[in-house]
Amino acid sequence: MKQFMIFVKKEFKHVFRDSKTLLMLFGLPIVQIVLFGFALSNEIKSADVLICDHANNNYSHEIIHKISASKSFEVKRVTTDHSEIEEAFKQGSAKIAIVIPSDIEDQIFHSTHGSLQVISDASDPNTASTLTSYISNIIMDYKQTLNAGNSPPMQVVPEIRMLYNPTLKGATNFVPGVISLVLLLVCVLMTSVSIVKEKESGSMEILLVSPMNPFTVIISKAVPYFFLSLINLTVILIMSVVLLDMPLNGSIFLLYFESSILILCALSLGLLISNSTDSQQAAMLISLMGMLIPTMLLTGFLFPLENMPLPLQYFANILPSKWYFIIVKSIMIKGLGISAIYKETLILIGMTVLLLFISIRKFKIRLS
Amino acid sequence: MKDIIVENICKSFPKEHIQALDDINIEVEKGELFGLIGPDGAGKTTLFRILTTLLLADSGSAIVNGSDVVKDYKAIRRKVGYMPGKFSLYQDLSVEENLSFFATIFNTSIKENYDLIKDIYEHIEPFKNRRAGALSGGMKQKLALCCALIHRPEVLFLDEPTTGVDTVSRKEFWDMLKRLKMEGITIIVSTPYMDEANLCERIALMQKGKILSVNTPTHIKSSFPDPLFAIKTEHMIKLLADLRAIPEIKSVHSFGEYHHITLNEPSENELQLLHQTLANDKHEAIDIKKIEPEIEDCFIQLMSN
Repeated sequence: MKQFMIFVKKEFKHVFRDSKTLLMLFGLPIVQIVLFGFALSNEIKSADVLICDHANNNYSHEIIHKISASKSFEVKRVTTDHSEIEEAFKQGSAKIAIVIPSDIEDQIFHSTHGSLQVISDASDPNTASTLTSYISNIIMDYKQTLNAGNSPPMQVVPEIRMLYNPTLKGATNFVPGVISLVLLLVCVLMTSVSIVKEKESGSMEILLVSPMNPFTVIISKAVPYFFLSLINLTVILIMSVVLLDMPLNGSIFLLYFESSILILCALSLGLLISNSTDSQQAAMLISLMGMLIPTMLLTGFLFPLENMPLPLQYFANILPSKWYFIIVKSIMIKGLGISAIYKETLILIGMTVLLLFISIRKFKIRLS
Repeated sequence: MKDIIVENICKSFPKEHIQALDDINIEVEKGELFGLIGPDGAGKTTLFRILTTLLLADSGSAIVNGSDVVKDYKAIRRKVGYMPGKFSLYQDLSVEENLSFFATIFNTSIKENYDLIKDIYEHIEPFKNRRAGALSGGMKQKLALCCALIHRPEVLFLDEPTTGVDTVSRKEFWDMLKRLKMEGITIIVSTPYMDEANLCERIALMQKGKILSVNTPTHIKSSFPDPLFAIKTEHMIKLLADLRAIPEIKSVHSFGEYHHITLNEPSENELQLLHQTLANDKHEAIDIKKIEPEIEDCFIQLMSN
């Protein structure tokens, strides 16, 4: 026990005396949260709109006003020249254009259906479809306020409710992904480097020629990073709730419990990598390439897994982050309890036990 | 009683095509100060690693302090002290932190065995709060020795402890080893410095994975087969070439200030002739004298056989 305690203490000293490690440990998560939360979101903010207003009356002004009031759009120009539209798209100065016909008033009051042209730059299909649906919503909304007094004949209006994320905020989807990415990356990277470092510096030689058993070495390597990762998790959670307005609907204890499992899983993976490599560079490369890319692409927070080819979907099943992502979303956003996510939890526990078992078995009691 | 018995140990590294150890046999008495002397690549570190259970030999067996290095590796790891050739303590921990870490790892405390390391630790105690990485070479070695000793090992393995250390610190280091020997600890030390061989009780001369000779330094020196002469003139470089051209000379080696030579048929007459020949070759201030062989002479002689 004394051996264990002094080893853990030593590991903490290594971390706190190395500014690079500290930066990686705490800087990386903050940067990633900020990056993914603010910069890399698929929400569209302030898309440039060009409006070709042929009517120029109260109704068209009202529509323009409504559009410019939305956070998603910024009305760049109001013109009457139709040819400007194509020019603007070519220059990239507008993402979407709206043509209001001169008889808009007539259409609204005297005909059964009025029409208004929406032209969108579909070179980026996602943005284009998102923007057109935003515009349609605004127009629909306006139409309903106009019709408020008199009841129109026979209409079926879909009442849409966006559950759990009514404002379709990107952060809601990204943050759980980023949490899993950061925890996985930091834990795997830190632990894999820490054992290899001892091999490189030669201190592993002295540790081996001592009564310490491999199990104690491995566990005492993991403990400091476990606690540091919990601190990390707290920082990320505070940032995402305060800065990114993430909801935290479920039990926070459950969230920490599930996160602890993921952290343990990542630590075991890191130990496994470090037991199989001989240099810090190799350990880092494997952790980064092996963890970062699959986690980013196959967790489901950047690209929906359902759209991927079947082999990739199967492959995604072996990534701990995929399961953790589901768990975090369920807890934070949907506010679900353990009964809803016990399957994912069991999978994560299973992975952890397996990885830990292999890494202890693979720990070399001799050099080479 | 034998504390270390090495029998027919062989070890090769197939990837590097190196036969690191070739049929090594050594016995070390309990409480002996034993030296492994040989240049880089002789196989000293490999032998140390096999004896400290860090490597497995391809064939042969070794027993350290009554325990087999393969079967009872755990027992050996408890009772030996090992100081690797490369400084391997934690550079970012202070002197004191390193020492107390290794004391605890070995289930002991600094206090418990302080008397054993006191003489050595006193040298570095003024710097006990300094990080190990910021110590000088000699200090680092003293700290490493303290860490290897802190659990009062039965056998102490020191792999090139004086390499890269200044002359004064080297001398101090050897004085410390002598004092440790008096505590009854068996010490095996390797070194590439031939002059340090004289400080050991017995030595093994190693070269390219083979043992050339195992004996006391005195005995090794006295078994040098020929009378040895040191020779010096004003033109040492020309002298070396000239000596090599003389057929009566058996061997010539450059040793700093003098060249050391042996003759095929050593006699007063031959020396006179040699003097004459060199004078004819326009050498001045010719100085030839008979000397006692040093370990290095023996090593070179054994190597060339």
